[in-house]
Amino acid sequence: MCWLPEVELMNSSSTIAVAMSGGVDSSTVAAMLRAEGHNLIGLTMQLWNQRRLAGREGMPESVQGRCCSLDDVYDARRVAQHIGIPYYVVNHEERFEQEVVRPFVAEYLSGRTPIPCSLCNNHLKFADLIRVARQVGADRIATGHYARVEFDDASRRWQLKRPRDLSKDQTYFLFGLTQEQLSRTLFPLGNMTKPEVREAARRHGLALAEKPDSQEICFVPGGDYKRFIDAYLAEQGGELPDTAGELITTSGEVVGEHTGIHNFTVGQRKGLGVATGSPLYVIQISGAQKQVIVGGEESLYSQSLTARRINLISVADLRQPMRVTVKIRHRHEPAPATIEKAGEDEIAVTFDEAQRAVTPGQAAVFYDEDVVVGGGWIA
Amino acid sequence: MRRVYLDNNATTPVLPEVLDAMRPYFGERFGNASSIHHFGQDARAAVEQARESVAALLGAKASEVVFTSGGTEADNLAIAGLVSPGDHIISSRIEHHAVLNTCQHFEHSGCEVTYVPVDSRGWIDPEEVRRALRPNTKLISLMLANNETGVLQPLEEVGKIAAEADVYFHTDAVQAAGKVAVNVDAIGCDLLSISGHKIHGPQGAGALYVRKGTRLQPLFYGGRHERSRRAGTENVPGIVGLGKAAEVALHGLQRGEDRKLSAERDRLQAGLLDKIDEAGVNGAGGPRVPNTTSIYFDHVEGEAMVIAFDLKGLAVSTGAACSSGAIEPSHVLMAMGLTADRARASIRFSLGKQTTAEDVDFVLELVPQTVARLRDLSPSYHKPAGKDVLAARS
Repeated sequence: MCWLPEVELMNSSSTIAVAMSGGVDSSTVAAMLRAEGHNLIGLTMQLWNQRRLAGREGMPESVQGRCCSLDDVYDARRVAQHIGIPYYVVNHEERFEQEVVRPFVAEYLSGRTPIPCSLCNNHLKFADLIRVARQVGADRIATGHYARVEFDDASRRWQLKRPRDLSKDQTYFLFGLTQEQLSRTLFPLGNMTKPEVREAARRHGLALAEKPDSQEICFVPGGDYKRFIDAYLAEQGGELPDTAGELITTSGEVVGEHTGIHNFTVGQRKGLGVATGSPLYVIQISGAQKQVIVGGEESLYSQSLTARRINLISVADLRQPMRVTVKIRHRHEPAPATIEKAGEDEIAVTFDEAQRAVTPGQAAVFYDEDVVVGGGWIA
Repeated sequence: MRRVYLDNNATTPVLPEVLDAMRPYFGERFGNASSIHHFGQDARAAVEQARESVAALLGAKASEVVFTSGGTEADNLAIAGLVSPGDHIISSRIEHHAVLNTCQHFEHSGCEVTYVPVDSRGWIDPEEVRRALRPNTKLISLMLANNETGVLQPLEEVGKIAAEADVYFHTDAVQAAGKVAVNVDAIGCDLLSISGHKIHGPQGAGALYVRKGTRLQPLFYGGRHERSRRAGTENVPGIVGLGKAAEVALHGLQRGEDRKLSAERDRLQAGLLDKIDEAGVNGAGGPRVPNTTSIYFDHVEGEAMVIAFDLKGLAVSTGAACSSGAIEPSHVLMAMGLTADRARASIRFSLGKQTTAEDVDFVLELVPQTVARLRDLSPSYHKPAGKDVLAARS
């Protein structure tokens, strides 16, 4: 299906729903679009109740996580009042728990390292925001992501492109966007740098122009995902499944015991509890055998990977091998590689040079220069 | 944009005559009602006149009326003023959070609470209350009219049960007082909460009826205001406004204005059900306050409806807002046995004295259009065959 740009959507009398998190980026988006004369509706998605796990299983009593905190809702609401747009909080807690929190916990317990932001963008945020936006009479949504979306006349497809400010590039988390979603999405910060955004926030008189950026996973206070998993499982009435097991070397030698596979990430060096002459790293985590495989740094490098649950953006299909660069974690410089269809919903990635710590559960996102070709989940 | 306000169970506009009555007490008649001089006496006279008006609305004696900051404080004072650790409380699953969360607080500090259920009409069964009685039952606290459905509870029978068992009986009448005739002796209650801003009085003023002889611990300590039951300088303008609103409400009931209101409510309800399929009333089939109807529109999310209506000029509500303002499925509708989907698809329409026939006409235009548009976007909705034909004919 082809989602063509609709001319009538481009005039300023159409209504845009702005996803407002209470941060500088989305607040500035709202202020800028408002100044351009668009009809706006401000929406904040209530995704997680931070007080839910407070004080449980070693979680802090006071709420520290950033997601949907009352302070952020307060900030978003004040911005909406300041620029004079209607503003609503919409409750997506149930869907968020179903689509993001549960898979996040399950992935860790099976030895993978998930990216909840991509799970959220792929399965919840954009789909639900667009649905709510259309229900309340908005044609399109705008968010504060650093990315660009453009319609490419040659391919007749919507393209997702890296932003001007590459240090803020969020395309890695957006590889799951469909053509329909892209056709209804605006990323007004795509051509701005972060300092320019803060400057715009100041120019529009936003009180939160100097508010610090959030970095951590939004629903995990202080970034301590292990404590979060313990607290969540305890709340669910479930025991933390026993994922303790053996620590073995790449040559199969048992060198110790570990406390649970969810405490490890590929590439990890510290906290292995094994003293050897040369530094040891986590090379692989076997969920089925509950084994953590350790080895020397040289064993961390892989020439290839398989990506599954693929979403293609700039191309409709991958009929022949394609030269791209591939990004395998958020802070990774895309590496030259060849991608090739390997099966139904599966792509084989062969790097020109072996890459360090290819981690199952993370995404592999394919780029053609600054255009996102597509991506999938590392198997 | 034309704006129609049908959320009068949340709050009501202050009537002009109420505002007129209040105005002097912000300015030239500013005295502290406890002062002995002229200014104090003037304020005291106004407070006592308001007390008589509130007492008249409830069929009580003026000395039995304690002014509070509103319904929530009145509910808290009634419960916290009576119970101590080891006591048993009987309440229900459909109470307002002012009662529910107060009960929950005392559960955490040594009290036991039984929350009696309701049936699909939203009624409490007085026999359930009787069965819940225990030797250590200290208090029964049940609402008179539910804020979400408007359903009136058969409290007279509960009053008899409470009297027989010699148990204190409190009712949260915040949504009933001023809308239907309320008489503390007919109900047989010892305590009854009301709020000013639900009856076209000001926000921040309410009252607790306390039957003579009921010993209450105060919520907080200070001067000996309100017969030592509620410390703090009286909110004179607020109390005057509450008194005037009670007076206006009582006159309205005496003139049968409630029947006019219920006729508009019924026209709204019938019109919506006529124009919209797969919709129905929550808590129909029994007595309700005249201004309220809760209607479910299957296949549509209440949250989206409330926002879409608001953007078109209609103010209504659904469920209860949590602290962020996001909407949670109503505990009241869930207690009545609605599915979570249907509870989420429910909208509360609540009329006020200012509601006109034109307002209702506006709603009868807007709501069917909006529900139809939202259902077009809903994956679970399939247009019944022949609906368009019917719509064209009507």
